[in-house]
Amino acid sequence: MTAPRTRAEIEALLDVWLETEFTFHRVNDIADSLAGLDRAAQDFILDWVRRIATTHITLAHRFAEQSPDLLRRMDRRAIEAWAVHLCDVYDQAGMYAALDIVAKAGDFTQHRHEHAAGALFEDSAPILGNFVHGLSGRPLKVEQGETAYTDGERIVLPGIVAALASRTDNFKLTKAMVALLWAQTRFGSLRPDIGSVCANYADPIRALAQFHGLETLRLTARLARELPGLHRDMVRLGREIGDRLAEGWADLAAQLDADSEVVDSLALLDTAYALSDFIPFCYQGALNPEAVAAARAGRLEKEKTRLRVKLAKMAEEQNRRAPVQEAGPKKEPRLAAQADEGQGRLDFDLTLDDLPVAPPDEVKQLLTSIFLDFGEIPPEYLVPAGDGEYDPMPYQDQPLDPDAVWQGPYHEQGALFYPEWDMGRQHYRKNWCVMREKEVVPVYDGFPRLTLEKYSGLVKQLRRRFEAMRDENRLLKRQAQGDEVDIDALVEALADARDGSEMSDRLFMQMHRAERNIAVAFMVDMSGSTKGWINEAEREALLLLCEALERLGDRYAIYGFSGITRKRCELFRIKTFDENYSEAVKARIAGIAPQEYTRMGFAIRHLSKLLTDIEAGTKVLITLSDGRPDDYFDGYRGPYGIEDTRMALLEAQRAGIHPFCITIDQEARDYLPHMYGAARYVILNDVAQLPAKVADIYRRLTH
Amino acid sequence: MNAHAFAPETHYIQSEPYYEPLGEEIGIFEAAYRNTLPILLKGPTGCGKTRFMEYMAWRLKRPLITVSCHDDLTASDLVGRYLVKGGETVWVDGPLTRAVRVGGICYLDEIVEARKDAMVVIHPLADDRRALPMEKLGQLLEASDEFCLAISYNPGYQSVLKDLKQSTRQRFVALAFDYPAPELEARIVASESGVDGALAETLVKFAHMTRNLKGSGLDEGASTRLLVHAAKLIASGVSPVTACQSAVAQAVTDDPDMLAAIQELSTSLF
Repeated sequence: MTAPRTRAEIEALLDVWLETEFTFHRVNDIADSLAGLDRAAQDFILDWVRRIATTHITLAHRFAEQSPDLLRRMDRRAIEAWAVHLCDVYDQAGMYAALDIVAKAGDFTQHRHEHAAGALFEDSAPILGNFVHGLSGRPLKVEQGETAYTDGERIVLPGIVAALASRTDNFKLTKAMVALLWAQTRFGSLRPDIGSVCANYADPIRALAQFHGLETLRLTARLARELPGLHRDMVRLGREIGDRLAEGWADLAAQLDADSEVVDSLALLDTAYALSDFIPFCYQGALNPEAVAAARAGRLEKEKTRLRVKLAKMAEEQNRRAPVQEAGPKKEPRLAAQADEGQGRLDFDLTLDDLPVAPPDEVKQLLTSIFLDFGEIPPEYLVPAGDGEYDPMPYQDQPLDPDAVWQGPYHEQGALFYPEWDMGRQHYRKNWCVMREKEVVPVYDGFPRLTLEKYSGLVKQLRRRFEAMRDENRLLKRQAQGDEVDIDALVEALADARDGSEMSDRLFMQMHRAERNIAVAFMVDMSGSTKGWINEAEREALLLLCEALERLGDRYAIYGFSGITRKRCELFRIKTFDENYSEAVKARIAGIAPQEYTRMGFAIRHLSKLLTDIEAGTKVLITLSDGRPDDYFDGYRGPYGIEDTRMALLEAQRAGIHPFCITIDQEARDYLPHMYGAARYVILNDVAQLPAKVADIYRRLTH
Repeated sequence: MNAHAFAPETHYIQSEPYYEPLGEEIGIFEAAYRNTLPILLKGPTGCGKTRFMEYMAWRLKRPLITVSCHDDLTASDLVGRYLVKGGETVWVDGPLTRAVRVGGICYLDEIVEARKDAMVVIHPLADDRRALPMEKLGQLLEASDEFCLAISYNPGYQSVLKDLKQSTRQRFVALAFDYPAPELEARIVASESGVDGALAETLVKFAHMTRNLKGSGLDEGASTRLLVHAAKLIASGVSPVTACQSAVAQAVTDDPDMLAAIQELSTSLF
């Protein structure tokens, strides 16, 4: 085992990373306490100090101060999760919020056990997210927050659950929390207006806590019937943690069984209010009436309108199918919905004029959600929307106008978020890039026509070459299996047999139907540095490429990328995958104009996502660029930008996409092999080559 | 014991296959058969389409020739081809031709998987011509009234490439299949596997949970067939959670998170 670092060595390292010469952070005490640790622990803490320091030095200093204490209380996985959480909070909410996290380091684990192996949110969330979707009801999203609660649409879980010693048990506890919060939405705890009920009591907060206790008992009884296996775990975990009922509560527990509803809990609230405080169960989480009310207010009207519009459409379709039998005044269609519960399912029998109809999935989902809010489908919800009410637009989640987003809070409304790899932190910055898709303003200036004239010889050549690449049906001869006998082969084989030599068994012909099944996304640099010749060459290259690709029949999309800082990452649509090569596309190519800087990670990530959604045998992402990744002000340059781009490309490769780069940057040999891999790029010596070469490179690449 | 070998066209189903009707499908099938109309079975995988075909073949006392279509299945694979035997070329009938010749039931399972030419070759058989053109033989084979063409198709595959063309689908009487109602499904699981009613009900509940996951990570939920598999394992002494994991979860997905989630669902129930 390596010897521990000495105090002086540690201090020297901290001096550099925390820039003590300028920041005057005191590191003596930290070095003292770290010197007493073994080498592995020292390295672990020092590594994180260094990584956090790349985000913020003060944060790293506070982390270092806390670290000996953290090491005593948490296992390393938990510390790591905590450190990442710290940086995330700093990214999203700034320094004060992050320092607050440091100050409350103890709360993160509820430190019941030393070195507790907690269940981390990032490990549990993907599993429990699917778990909760599998249970019936409204599909709930699982999100990270400070405490566990639900607003009826989301389940919020803390970053780590570490109330028990082992990781398995902590996961089981998290699962029990999720199940109970799910049960709150599924079995009506959120239906009554708890806020105003509790307001009638002298101490509303206490009333809420007691109501929460009653509901926990009721839902535990319900879960015992619905999910007996889980209930067994809940009982065991409760026993281990020491959950118990306060005096007088056993009576109430006996009154709440698997068939009790929320009204029964409300009826018992007076009795419960008079008793001593309910001692919270380990898996009960928090009840948050404000969040519930807010989510509900946003949902009710929207769902009513959506359902009525959908029902109107269904009724109309039904009418069209069954021709009107009796003439007479037009009757309003009569709709009725009956919930069909049982066996852990929630289904609906919908009848239209007393005839059963099968509701489409979206209607079923709306009915489910409405049922959860009311415990029935209110009759006014079952009136199909009239003619004047047909505009469901205000009630749908619309993508917002990308240019209007500057009016929204924090400049983030209506945008997509992408993570970015922070090489210093060795971790992703979550939701870091605020990305928007915009459209290139088309320019009708005759540029396409002039270009095609200028390169008319080359265009002809390209078309011919690409046409030759089209993989058409071929008759394969001399196959071991096939649709027809290959007479030539047969005659030869018979002659061989007469001859005494061995007779071949490859006697058939087979029609080979190969289809080129390639989807390719072109990612075009629209940074300010492309101004002038480069921009012109890019536009020409794209036009020639389109002409060639049209012959080939590959699906392709073209997007330009640029941006300034992480808050304004922009991807410009030039041609989408399902768009035809039209005059509008040509005009958009003509309209490609230099914008701001070269931030690349978000563009690769977004185009990878688009490519993943396309069904194709081979997926290719080709970047046309004039230089290294670079952005203004927020550190996206040098190694940081290169590492993020490299990470984005690795993610793309993991998703089965083949990235390739065509560049005119003569220095690109320094960083492209690292980013793309040795054989995945081409450097052109001369901008003027670009138009002639791009199509040709594509041809070689996909042949 | 040796396995029995049959020529497919002589294979009559001897004993009644277990089948619980979901609705009026038996009556509709019989009416269509009497009127020499071809039949299209729609529905998710493992909900009883093939079993229904076996049951109908038994009921109508016709041989059943099943072809599982795959993406390399061509018209020649169905109609027949010349093979070389001892220096001579010999014509060999394909399964479809055999079925037409003996007046059997030809069931093309998952027809959308086959190549386009295979789909088109059934067109003349599926309308009132009821004839199979055999181009390579220069013959037209007319079907007798006993012959029946049935195809199946799973509309759940959300792929543009694998959709049944209107010109094909509009020749058929369509029967829609779905997973049976919970009580019925529990009865099927219990009677196919021998587990008791309560356990079968819990398994059905579990199946519904996985079906809720369709679209949010799973392409398809657990089918009745998978439930029967799980129930059989349980009846042979495997613990329910293990049986659900091996017979259901591993069968529907490879995604580790999804596998873990399904495991959590089954441990919650048992």
